[in-house]
Amino acid sequence: MDGMTITEKILARHAGLRKVMPGDLIESNVDIALGNDITAPIAIKEFDRIGAAKVFNRNKVVLVLDHFTPNKDIKSAQQCKVLRDFARRQKIKYYFEGGDVGIEHALLPEKGVVVPGDVVIGADSHTCTYGAIGAFSTGVGSTDLAAAMATGKVWFKVPESMKFICKGRFRKWVSGKDLILRIIGDIGVDGALYRAMEFCGPAIESLSMDSRFTICNMAIEAGGKSGIIAPDRVTSSYVETRAQRRCVIYTSDAGAEYADVREYNCSKLEPQVAFPHLPENTRDITDIGNIQIDQVVIGSCTNGRMEDLRESARVLKGKKIAPYMRLIVIPATPSIYKLAMEDGLFEIFLNAGAVISPPTCGPCLGGHMGILAEGERALATTNRNFIGRMGHPKSEVYLANPAVAAATAVKGRIAHPDEVAKKVKRG
Amino acid sequence: MKFKGNAWRFGADIDTDRIIPARYLNTSDPKELAKHCMEDADPEFSKKVKPGDIIVADKNFGCGSSREHAPIAIKACGISCVIAKSFARIFYRNAFNLGLPILECSQAVDSIDEGNLIEVDIGRGVIKNITKKESYSSRPIPPFMQELIDAGGLMAKVKRGLRRGR
Repeated sequence: MDGMTITEKILARHAGLRKVMPGDLIESNVDIALGNDITAPIAIKEFDRIGAAKVFNRNKVVLVLDHFTPNKDIKSAQQCKVLRDFARRQKIKYYFEGGDVGIEHALLPEKGVVVPGDVVIGADSHTCTYGAIGAFSTGVGSTDLAAAMATGKVWFKVPESMKFICKGRFRKWVSGKDLILRIIGDIGVDGALYRAMEFCGPAIESLSMDSRFTICNMAIEAGGKSGIIAPDRVTSSYVETRAQRRCVIYTSDAGAEYADVREYNCSKLEPQVAFPHLPENTRDITDIGNIQIDQVVIGSCTNGRMEDLRESARVLKGKKIAPYMRLIVIPATPSIYKLAMEDGLFEIFLNAGAVISPPTCGPCLGGHMGILAEGERALATTNRNFIGRMGHPKSEVYLANPAVAAATAVKGRIAHPDEVAKKVKRG
Repeated sequence: MKFKGNAWRFGADIDTDRIIPARYLNTSDPKELAKHCMEDADPEFSKKVKPGDIIVADKNFGCGSSREHAPIAIKACGISCVIAKSFARIFYRNAFNLGLPILECSQAVDSIDEGNLIEVDIGRGVIKNITKKESYSSRPIPPFMQELIDAGGLMAKVKRGLRRGR
């Protein structure tokens, strides 16, 4: 199998082919098919409508009730009930709600439900997150999920790949979030349309798994079909204690072909802020002027992991948030929640004046737990700043990394972490 | 398949939050979703749309969330077809899976004004602007997608496969 990218190799293997080329239409086996409390009800309705009696494999269909939970209203409760009944009926192994639920894209890798070499589809656009452990993983709609639940298969057009070679060393307070925001700023919200985004180079290798998840998570914000990072030692040490199935490690061949190759020098990268109303409206934090903020959200499938909470706690330690500011911190999974509590981060957040939410997608999509009023502005560590994304159609969302979010909560305006935490040394 | 209706114009990068805001995603009832279609772009949209009308938008229509509620809302409020310069990939899949006809045609998008009377021949990929007496040809629908349409959508195809398997 020479001359193939990591993406082409994974897809070829799952389609039972020796080689695939960009543009080929293939039928691929699915290792994991994922749905949540918003998208799965439609999938289950379609599944039942065609008279499919059983899911193709009860260990490979995953249901996570994370969006409007704990149930925000009666209609949401009804939707959740549809999933719960289906999970019982089908004896779904990986069903998460209540005290077991975390934000799906933080939860599945953490639990080892998705593993390197997998083909994963999810009826959620941020399913591309699992590329960070070397899986081919992409978002689909509810009907595709229904078909996959019934057959264990999905059709794909093999995507062209774009390669992002990232060199240099990240500066203090700069993370994977800033790199992906910069890339989206450069190529635009459809700059990777229909393509796989492959991230590599020494700067990527220097990053933790948490930062890598953030990068692949936002591939969709550039229109990408998937984001992917070849597994290395960092990946192996993350998956070895978690993986529920056998991992298969793929890497791109030297002779693999790319539709585009771009180089980034991460040593020069500053914290980035994406302005309303598209993630591509990215600016260096030094170029933004005075922007007053009403609410800060630290969480989501993009930045609700342990490293994100630690980074924001470093800035918030011993500080109070600005008057009239609301700071909402959302640990992404129960394990992260517990660890943050044990490590003393909750004390730092609570002393600063933050609200700590149970794991939920909640405010990221304007669901609940922190909706914006007309004219309000939020800075969030989330992934989208579309019109009305977090509430009123005349509210605004700015996107940034967790350290910038923490500094912003203290200052009441978008602020560089150095303004707040000058004397704190990075551990 | 032919459709005739008036054009509703939208700009570039219309995301699925704009097509159907998340605050209405606590239901998947098409009629309920239709009431709020495009609400944050034009609060009166669902009341003004007439059956058969056509959405004409710039590039990257349907970007963002995977919510199938977006094409469901568009279809249920009476829109017969969406014409855009390009579509975000999940929306593109969802539209075909659901049987919402969509066409890519930059020339049509650059020429059609709001309210123009448009006739679309999906099979031939021909878009006629009756108001302006112009005609544009869209990119042909890929054969695989045409097969999906002919089969009556993805689930109809799956159903046939399941029957064969028994």
